Amino acid sequence: MTQPKKIDVQNLRLSYGPKEVIHGISFHIEPNEIIGIIGPAQSGKTSLLRCINRTIDFTASAKVSGSIKVDGEDVVTTRNVYELRRKIGMVAPLPVGLPLSIYDNVAFAPRTSGMNNRSDLDGLVEKCLRQAALWNEVKDRLDSLGTKLSGGQQQRLTIARALSHQPEILCLDEFSIAIDPVTTMRIEDVLKELKREMTIILVTNLVQQARRLAARTLFLWNGEIIELDTTDVIFSERAKDPRTRDYVNGIFG
Amino acid sequence: METIETNQPSSSAVLTPATAPKRGRRSAAAVLGERCIEGLIRLCGISAIVFVFAIFFFVFREGAPILFGGGTGGHGVTEPGAAKPSFDLAKFLFTKTWYPTSLNTPRYGIGALIIGTFSVTLLAMVIAVPFGLGAAVFLSEFCGKKVRETLKITIELLAAIPSVVWGFIGLTVMNVVIQKVFKVQVGLNVLNAAILLALMSVPIIVSIGEDALKAVPDSYREAGIAMGCTRWQLVWRVLLPAAKNGLLAAVLLGVGRAVGETMAVLMATGHSVNIPHSIFDSVRTLTATIAAELGETAEGSDHYRVLFLIGILLFTITFIVNLLADFAVKGIRKK
Repeated sequence: MTQPKKIDVQNLRLSYGPKEVIHGISFHIEPNEIIGIIGPAQSGKTSLLRCINRTIDFTASAKVSGSIKVDGEDVVTTRNVYELRRKIGMVAPLPVGLPLSIYDNVAFAPRTSGMNNRSDLDGLVEKCLRQAALWNEVKDRLDSLGTKLSGGQQQRLTIARALSHQPEILCLDEFSIAIDPVTTMRIEDVLKELKREMTIILVTNLVQQARRLAARTLFLWNGEIIELDTTDVIFSERAKDPRTRDYVNGIFG
Repeated sequence: METIETNQPSSSAVLTPATAPKRGRRSAAAVLGERCIEGLIRLCGISAIVFVFAIFFFVFREGAPILFGGGTGGHGVTEPGAAKPSFDLAKFLFTKTWYPTSLNTPRYGIGALIIGTFSVTLLAMVIAVPFGLGAAVFLSEFCGKKVRETLKITIELLAAIPSVVWGFIGLTVMNVVIQKVFKVQVGLNVLNAAILLALMSVPIIVSIGEDALKAVPDSYREAGIAMGCTRWQLVWRVLLPAAKNGLLAAVLLGVGRAVGETMAVLMATGHSVNIPHSIFDSVRTLTATIAAELGETAEGSDHYRVLFLIGILLFTITFIVNLLADFAVKGIRKK
């Protein structure tokens, strides 16, 4: 492990009001790896992502302790939180097509960071839409409203949007629940390509998806890390914790 | 207990009245009571429509004779054998001479009054819209919970001030201030009334505008924030486009308030029939004319009927404005 850690989480605790939902977890993520995070509902997966890009700040009752370092810089004390968020692409479980045109949806983030050259934007929008496997379906109607697309298309639009600010870390929070299996497979292929350019955190309820994509898999349950190991181990009889074996085999969860 | 037996597969599983499961039966009084309450609620709902139509019918009945039958020469009774003076709608709307009490040739041109109403309303909106929308954005996006509650109560208080009190302020305070600040002779003018109307419509614009912004799903905010935009970029690029229909509705309801306002403008505009050339000219509005003159007309006279005709016109204007606001709000729900 001579490479620097991309994300280093140390003793992270998170509570909403009096209720603690993440109970002091520590792990790290290597650059350019795909890490799968699996676990049943209410186990803190989404909260963890929100801590990393600090959108947790907007939940008034949330209280975070411990440290999260991205590229060695603590996210809580970072000088420029906007810079941090631009470094991280976030795809929410349900698609959020902003009420703008398809083009503007994708060009949104580049524009906020000051990119205004039309031909640069055109190229970037096309690249991102292609990566999200959406380009062929929308290339003739880039000016129509993003909210008019179907649910699955909107989800791919949000993926294109997350890629548009060329993030170093891509967080996918159950991205496939609104997408059909064929498109899911296409996006999974894209993710394998993207691994060369960025670190990917894949939160998923489909344990098989983690198995297909992730190099390492983290099993989070009730705000605690039950097991973190290479995906091969997690999905085999070699998994140390019986709960992991039960969960990935669908016996409990 | 015998109903449990019927669940077992047997030849007697067919439900007969004897074996049917017992259900509770409501008393006739409860059923009747429910019907009565339902009828009452229905009546309440319909009554709103009935009242609107009744008011419109009454105003129209008082104003219509002059529209269709022509004038009577000004005194309510047509001399036998005298030619009926004709009433010209175009002349009524577009000429600017308002001499309703002239003995020989009363003239009813409301052009100047229409321009008066619109000039005051327009200027009021120029002042109120930036203030109102700015306050709405501040309330919903930028301020803390305590400040928001305090401001909301204060703004609602602003809406509760009676319009005659506003008129009083216009007459005594604003009048002097405008004379001193702008060095003009008369402080009762378009500017004075517009400032008052702006203050009166700001609360409406703020509260409805804030509701519209609050109605934007938080997921939009999170999506924008996650892409690294600042609060201001979020407001400008995400929230305003998302809430634009609701904000438009807020502005239009503010316009409706300003057009319909009577007492404050009667006291603050100077109430002189005049086509304004600057914001320091006195004007007269449609509403103020009705309020000031209706009490002194003979029932059934031309003057009386013309005032009702102005009422119909106002009714139409506010109806259109409200309808537009309604369409704007509906636009939000479709999304």
